[in-house]
Amino acid sequence: MLEVRDLEVAFGQIAPLCGVSFALEKGETLGIVGESGSGKSLTAMSVMGLLPLSGGRITAGSIIFDGQELTKLPEAAYRKLRGGRLGLITQNPMTSLDPLQKIGPQVDAVARLHLGITGQQARARTIEILGTLRIPEPALICDRYPHQMSGGMKQRIVIAGALAANPDLLVADEPTTALDVTVQAQIIRLLDDLVKERALSLVLITHDMSVVAQTCDKVVVMYAGRAIEQGPVEAIFAEPQHPYTQALIGCIPKGLSEDEHLVGIPGTVPTVMNYPKGCPFHPRCIRAEDICTKTSPSLLPRGDGAVSCHFPGAAP
Amino acid sequence: MLIPVSISISVVIFLIVHLLPGDPIDNLIRVGSSTEDRITLVLKYGLDQPLAVQYFRWIGAIFQGDFGEAIVLRRPVADLIAQNLPYSLRLGGAAFAFSSIAGITLGTISATTRSAIVENIMRGFILLGSTVPGFWLALLMILFFAVQLQWFPVSGAKGWSSLVLPVLTIGFGGVALVARVTRVALLDVRREDFVTLLHAKGLPSRTILFRHLMPHAMLPVVTILALRVGWILGGAVTVEFVFGRPGLGSLLIRAIGQRDYPVVQGCLLMLALTVMLGTLIGDVAQAAMDPRIRETKK
Repeated sequence: MLEVRDLEVAFGQIAPLCGVSFALEKGETLGIVGESGSGKSLTAMSVMGLLPLSGGRITAGSIIFDGQELTKLPEAAYRKLRGGRLGLITQNPMTSLDPLQKIGPQVDAVARLHLGITGQQARARTIEILGTLRIPEPALICDRYPHQMSGGMKQRIVIAGALAANPDLLVADEPTTALDVTVQAQIIRLLDDLVKERALSLVLITHDMSVVAQTCDKVVVMYAGRAIEQGPVEAIFAEPQHPYTQALIGCIPKGLSEDEHLVGIPGTVPTVMNYPKGCPFHPRCIRAEDICTKTSPSLLPRGDGAVSCHFPGAAP
Repeated sequence: MLIPVSISISVVIFLIVHLLPGDPIDNLIRVGSSTEDRITLVLKYGLDQPLAVQYFRWIGAIFQGDFGEAIVLRRPVADLIAQNLPYSLRLGGAAFAFSSIAGITLGTISATTRSAIVENIMRGFILLGSTVPGFWLALLMILFFAVQLQWFPVSGAKGWSSLVLPVLTIGFGGVALVARVTRVALLDVRREDFVTLLHAKGLPSRTILFRHLMPHAMLPVVTILALRVGWILGGAVTVEFVFGRPGLGSLLIRAIGQRDYPVVQGCLLMLALTVMLGTLIGDVAQAAMDPRIRETKK
């Protein structure tokens, strides 16, 4: 369905993303995880072909969607895919809807544009989709403005907009980060159900390992603009090979007992301007040795997945 | 809100006029007239009364629709205003329309263009337009378009062609201001998440610009245009004078020269009311455009 190979993105002279590869089949959910600034959203924007909006461009690699090379697709053809076959769900539902327009028309627009249906039909379809997303009284909601809705409801409306033209692939860029914890679970469950009911492919970007464990089939772990480990979820969670993946899994809160403290990873993600030489993770890595500061490890197959580390292996 | 503002404005207008040195009687009586004549006139117009009494007399009459009688021009102030107002409204309205339409168009072009040359030209124009004073621009334009090229009349108010130069002069600064605000607002709103999502829905850029970006960009533009009403009227005062057009501005300047209190007060009050009306219309327009504002006002 979707295959990304050696994707590189540049903003002027700065290259925040390099060598990202993954593949996704129909009906599968792929998780992309990493801390803020690791290049997850850029990957999403690359797939949607929206990099030019922020001044970026794809400098190398390919994105193949349903047999079609997207990186060289003309804008007009890309526009047909966006909304039509590719749906995007953004991070912050508070700012993702046009505050000056009613909900109904904002969702209608997608079906009108891509399915060629008009007024009444488009509205009926919107109401139906809002209903399937468990929004109460969908017909009334259509005449409301975004600011009259709660965050969870807005995110459902954003999802409705992404689904309105029956896309094949949904890209969800941290769809729950801005929501309350209770609502987060609802939205994740909703996305999971949609994937199963509609045989959608879903690229789920998140920084929450527990979300990945619950919903994804495959996972790509990103750090400083690279994919450092990837593979089937079971394998990654059972035997993570990269020390960073191990640390991320170690950060999942496990229980409520008194002696359990929240775990973090010391240090911060380097910014694009000062990616370290060699392996980008070496300054924070417990296994780092001389070679790690000099040469960057390449992504090599290991077990069911692939890892980019000079000293891969199970946690000691 | 409008009522207390109107009252304080009327007080300020009244006081400012009376603080000017000299009085209308000096302009009325012939040199060498006797002191008795002078006193008769002062008594006739009630200028011997304390200021407070004069103020309440004036404001009381205004509430009954009576703007008083011009001391020097010897005609009812209401007549003078009614005679001059249409000229000012025509000029102000045309200047307002010109600065909104041209400003919004230029601002949109400069925000959406990808050519660096066009953008720099726009920036230069905006800078120039915001800084060049109206009366000086008026003289330059008269010199060039009216005297040298003889495309338009130098002064007067005959026909539409006489409107062109004054409208350009008053509107020029407005065009630059509106263009700047439009440009900044468009660039701002373009960075919003919902715009990314609109692109992700596959909407063409043109649709996004006109259906989604422009309504947002118009919110600050409407605010600035509402404030601009006062600016345009203020600008019209000097420009009318430079171009020798009849109008509220010319009337006001002449009346100030003659210390014709009732006329000055009447003109200033009209200008102040128009400014307030502009602001009010601006607020109403904004509420009509933005559902979030409607909500908070309820």
